[in-house]
Amino acid sequence: MSNAKLRIGYIPLVDAISLVVAVDSGFAAAEGLDAELVREVSWSNVRDKLNIGLFDAAHLLSPMAIASSLGIGHVRVPLIAPFNLGLNGNAITVSTQLFTALSHMADGDIADPIVSARALYRVVAERKVRALEPLTFGMTFPFSNHNYQLRFWMAAGGIDPDEDVRLVVLPPPYMVESLSSGHVDGFCVGGPWNSLAVDSGVGRILHFGCEIMARASEKVLAVRERWAADNPDMLSALIRALARASNHIDDDANRSAVAVVLARRLDVSVDLVSRTLSGNLRIAPDGTTRTSDRYILIGRNGASRPDPVQAAWLYAQMVRWGQAPMSDELCATAKAVFRPDLYDAALGGGSQRGEGEPVDGVGGFTGPDFDPSNVASHLAAWSIRRAGRPRLSVVR
Amino acid sequence: MAETRNGFDPPNQGTSSPGAQRDSTLKIAIVDENPMRAAILEDGLREAGFTQVERISETRNLLARIYAIDPEVILIDLENPSRDMLEQMFQVSREVKRPVAMFVDQSDSASIQAAVDAGVSAYIVNGLKKERVTNILDLCISRFYAFSRLQGELDRANDALKERKIIDRAKGVLMKAKKITEDEAYALMRKTAMNENKKIVEIARSLLTAAELFK
Repeated sequence: MSNAKLRIGYIPLVDAISLVVAVDSGFAAAEGLDAELVREVSWSNVRDKLNIGLFDAAHLLSPMAIASSLGIGHVRVPLIAPFNLGLNGNAITVSTQLFTALSHMADGDIADPIVSARALYRVVAERKVRALEPLTFGMTFPFSNHNYQLRFWMAAGGIDPDEDVRLVVLPPPYMVESLSSGHVDGFCVGGPWNSLAVDSGVGRILHFGCEIMARASEKVLAVRERWAADNPDMLSALIRALARASNHIDDDANRSAVAVVLARRLDVSVDLVSRTLSGNLRIAPDGTTRTSDRYILIGRNGASRPDPVQAAWLYAQMVRWGQAPMSDELCATAKAVFRPDLYDAALGGGSQRGEGEPVDGVGGFTGPDFDPSNVASHLAAWSIRRAGRPRLSVVR
Repeated sequence: MAETRNGFDPPNQGTSSPGAQRDSTLKIAIVDENPMRAAILEDGLREAGFTQVERISETRNLLARIYAIDPEVILIDLENPSRDMLEQMFQVSREVKRPVAMFVDQSDSASIQAAVDAGVSAYIVNGLKKERVTNILDLCISRFYAFSRLQGELDRANDALKERKIIDRAKGVLMKAKKITEDEAYALMRKTAMNENKKIVEIARSLLTAAELFK
């Protein structure tokens, strides 16, 4: 198995760091893997190249791995996620103009997402009265936490995200320009793009993703189920390389060294990567910062071990927003995409969530605890959701 | 006529044949930021009898442009990040006039592989017969390859030109510093390149860097 060749697709984002460090700092080679990272420009490309076998593995949006396995939105190709590349790491950024409008409408501390969501509701209502165009928000993909977190937040304030605002897919490299040109009024995206909007003076980070959901599976290592069955040793080696890389990243002593390694792949400054990894972000052009040790979790707090509760939560969002029909069978399929058993087998025992993590495994800022064993009744608690026939057909 | 319309027969050539008439009714949108490749693609499609071909080179408001054109086939370059925007059209929202699905289905892994290898992706309106778009996709794949060959030649020509310029500048530096002729300067660089097992252009580049430092 020495020097087994692997082609791995990725999008240049901060949460690709475990893959980048595994390959560029020798952790993959130490496991006998000759891994090549292939940079891609769209999630659709990553998915298609993984599906047809041009990639052996990929950095993928967690809900995309589930959608592919369910066959919604595209052809059905069963994928599995034996390693979680990152939890959290997104932020909601709004234009400086929208931030001012929200501040005027806020009835409390705007850093509280329920306050900002209600303020957004009032801004949206006022625009309706004045017959203005609805506000437009960018997100990265229909099956993404960016989409679901924006929706979860807005709906908490009484906004119907399909009726009252426009949600549009925008490739991350276009986010900042679209905000400055007024094409969008806000967006939800991962690092480094929120910071770039703040640094260029056009946006203000309103919320970290972890303020909306305390624990959200953001990206996974995805492989075809078939490939995993055919290459168990290679997969174990890859899981070990990623686990060692993420432990290395999590060690503060290596912080600046890994930032250098990642910055080279991302074409951004080392300082920006360091700030993102430490969860210390400038949130406003005037230099105000906000810090959270939950902003992005790589390796820490059991972040690397795939958690089927996360998969169930993502499936619940697909149902809530009309992307998938509700069925116990589909829910079970979604959960089975996340494979802690393979993670444990490769590493000889798993790390747990740990102290201070949300009891229901996801930690939404509002609403009842998530219940992965009864998604239907959990969803019944939300008044704003897409009822009736799902908008996407299931391709079998 | 009904048989011709369902599109199972091989494509006909010539504008007067029923086949060409059938294909010419297909509205095709090309999303490509590279104007040269988009032109090559459009020409190819027009030659093949497709008359309703629209190019979209600007990706701002891409979805709005597409809804306005209302195409039955959308061709997009895989190097275009806007591909993810098109995926949103799978999600039927109030703004979408009709759902779009990717051309290739489960049974078509060979087509998708060929398309991805060539760097092109095609989306078609749901319900359009696969046979009607197969020849469009085949044509795109060959045009994409033709374009990348052309681009490769152009890049090589440009590189050669750039190398020529670097070597000329290095020659000038040598001639001035060592008070030698152009031929002697070139011979000196060539000899050094041979001794060090390097290309002349690499020697020239090092020489220019060193000259910068000595300024």
